[in-house]
Amino acid sequence: MSHAAATHTEGHHTSMGLDSRKMAFWAFIGSECLLFATLISTYLIYSHRSIQGPYPQQILNIPFTSFSTFDLLMSSLWMVLALAAVQRNDMKWAKVWLMGTVIGGLIFLLGQVWEFSHFVEHGLTLQRNLFGTTFFVLTGTHGAHVFVGVLWLFTLWVRAMQGKLTSKNAMTVEITGLYWHFVDVIWIIIFTVVYLIQPVYHV
Amino acid sequence: MTEPTGLKSWITTVDHKRIGKLYFWTAFCFFLVGGIEALLIRSQLAQPNGHIVDARTYNELFTMHGTTMIFLALMPLSVAFFNFIVPLQIGARDVAFPRLNAFSYWVFLLGGIFMNVSWFVGPLFHAGRLSVAPNGGWFGYANLTERQYSIGPNIDFWLLGLQILGVSSLAGGFNFVITILNLRAPGMKMMRLPVFTWMTLVTSFLLITAFPVITVALAFLMFDRFFGTNFYQLSAGGDPVLWQHLFWIFGHPEVYILILPAMGVVSEVLPTFSRKPLFGYTVVVYSGILIAFMGWGVWSHHMFSVGLGPIADAVFSSTTMLIAIPTGVKIFNWIATLWGGQIRFDTPLLFAVGFIAMFIIGGLSGVTHASPPADLQQTDTYYVVAHIHYVLFGGTVLGLFAGMYYWWPKMTGRLLSETLGKIHFWGMLIGMNIAFFPMHFIGLLGMPRRVYTYSPDLGVSTMNLVSTIGAFLIAVSMLVFIWNVIRTRTKGKIAGDNPWQGATLEWATSSPPAVYNFAQIPTVHSRLPLWNEPESVAQKAPSGHIHVPDGSWWPLVSAAGLPLLATSLISGQLWLAFVAAAVLLVGIFKWGFEPFEV
Repeated sequence: MSHAAATHTEGHHTSMGLDSRKMAFWAFIGSECLLFATLISTYLIYSHRSIQGPYPQQILNIPFTSFSTFDLLMSSLWMVLALAAVQRNDMKWAKVWLMGTVIGGLIFLLGQVWEFSHFVEHGLTLQRNLFGTTFFVLTGTHGAHVFVGVLWLFTLWVRAMQGKLTSKNAMTVEITGLYWHFVDVIWIIIFTVVYLIQPVYHV
Repeated sequence: MTEPTGLKSWITTVDHKRIGKLYFWTAFCFFLVGGIEALLIRSQLAQPNGHIVDARTYNELFTMHGTTMIFLALMPLSVAFFNFIVPLQIGARDVAFPRLNAFSYWVFLLGGIFMNVSWFVGPLFHAGRLSVAPNGGWFGYANLTERQYSIGPNIDFWLLGLQILGVSSLAGGFNFVITILNLRAPGMKMMRLPVFTWMTLVTSFLLITAFPVITVALAFLMFDRFFGTNFYQLSAGGDPVLWQHLFWIFGHPEVYILILPAMGVVSEVLPTFSRKPLFGYTVVVYSGILIAFMGWGVWSHHMFSVGLGPIADAVFSSTTMLIAIPTGVKIFNWIATLWGGQIRFDTPLLFAVGFIAMFIIGGLSGVTHASPPADLQQTDTYYVVAHIHYVLFGGTVLGLFAGMYYWWPKMTGRLLSETLGKIHFWGMLIGMNIAFFPMHFIGLLGMPRRVYTYSPDLGVSTMNLVSTIGAFLIAVSMLVFIWNVIRTRTKGKIAGDNPWQGATLEWATSSPPAVYNFAQIPTVHSRLPLWNEPESVAQKAPSGHIHVPDGSWWPLVSAAGLPLLATSLISGQLWLAFVAAAVLLVGIFKWGFEPFEV
């Protein structure tokens, strides 16, 4: 990543004057938007159609997930600080903020693991009803994205610890940041659609 | 600077020209497989109450014929030209991400093998027969594809195979969007791009926006089948029509993914063989963009028989008819390109003109299904089969053959035989009309598609026999093409750099191009550089060492992780999932940290 990335960004003139990897990443994010749009649309289309409980209002814990959301939002801030530190070649703080972002992501994932297992204990499984089916697949897909991001950020942190991540790799860190912020924005939409605007089932 | 040879150099190659050839030959083999499936279908239907294959095999044959032709033959044949031609047309040394390009190819190859292995692995699943090939039709309607109606692994092979192929299409889509936007030679403004490159760009945008939708639809089906979820389960309140919407939201852009590259090829061939610039270049480009945009707003015309209600039917009927406008604009511009030109009827032009004529027939029958009352009579009959073959065979296949004859000398250095080419063309054109034209009548007389046999009382026996004869004529014409290819390897005329006097940049390179494509990256001042400014783009010997990227193993290793993952799911072996994840992770990390300079 480091050596190849550096030569790629510096050595090549591009038609649009933008780094090719960054452009590709924006295209990837566009593609991911369609992926999540399909998942979220399906969730909404099915939101009133479960024929047996547990229903959202009986099981979703808004205060708990608000904390997870806050944690993920904060990790986006740590990501911004990590990138800023890398750009000014302040590797000490870059390591701190990268690890902070990793920990933020891990806390979110732990919250999700706890939430999922709590739901299963209360009878909401993938198979139970349409709410379970759409909820787990939507939030699970998001969780998988967070997991990939954590792995990616952790790799950068290891590189930083080895002294192989410098301001020359700022573009790599910037792209990681793009991914991380995107995953965060998607979560805000999911949090709003799934938790804050719940369909009311009359039980 | 000599090009490395040997098996390893091909397996690790990241050169867009080699990857283009790999795509071409792989897709061509799948094209023959799909063709053999078609011949078996036609043999079965040659007579009423046919018994060449049984009903189950027939279901597998039509499913795999459609799936193979669309995902394993026509799309990758287009991608073969994206790979070989686009970097040359924009004056680049390679694509933006050469290793990602190799990855796309390997994923495509392995996905295609994964899906076709299903023909032979029945005993492993105790199926009681050799084949467990997909059997739910190429659009795999839920809830027929749910586990309770399709117990065996047939549908699993289909959905997992398509998931794997989707990864390849997405990776290719990103690569070509960025390549075309970012790697253009100096002076190659967007409105100077050759139309084929433009259509590649538009198609790539469709790939990266349409494939996520089918990915999710297939993931839902996968969860329903493997983990008992309820996405398409009526008993739990789910709705099988959700599948239809998601499939066709992808599926309609997909038909433009199939046709736009062929339209791009034709837009290159017509000017070259009329010795005239393309008539209305700007309008042709904008029409292509408009077709792609409008292609997102017409999907429910595949679903008129569902009963979506008069408002939805009216809206989707109107948008569908509107899309005929930019298509018609293109056709008139092509005809106007020929008008008054110094026409040379070489084989590429024959195929291009054949494309226009056949695509008009297919387009007109398409407009008839845009009207819901008419469509209700036509849907699920052979009339629709006639339509799809006029647009996909008469359109895409003829367009791609125009491209093969046109660019063969650039790809191999030798010209395909004109005589054999003309025999091939006329055999194929006459064959396809004999095969597909009667299907219009067969369909309107009431023969449903996807039923393995029919009664002599239906009164379509003779026309079915005629159709079968046409199918075999197409097969004979393909043999002529294959003979032409074999013969050309040794006896073909040496082409020279620009045998057709083409105007676009690929003709400035040697035939076949050197590994670095251009010794000097040309500076372009017009849309037709080889006609308007041959001196400024002429290539001289390289003045020093030109860097080309080394090969890499990691795209192949990473790609291998995907079919392993699919195999773990289909076989229920959890340990294999961990192996697959490890292979993927190792491949991606090694790829990421490999010293690699483009």
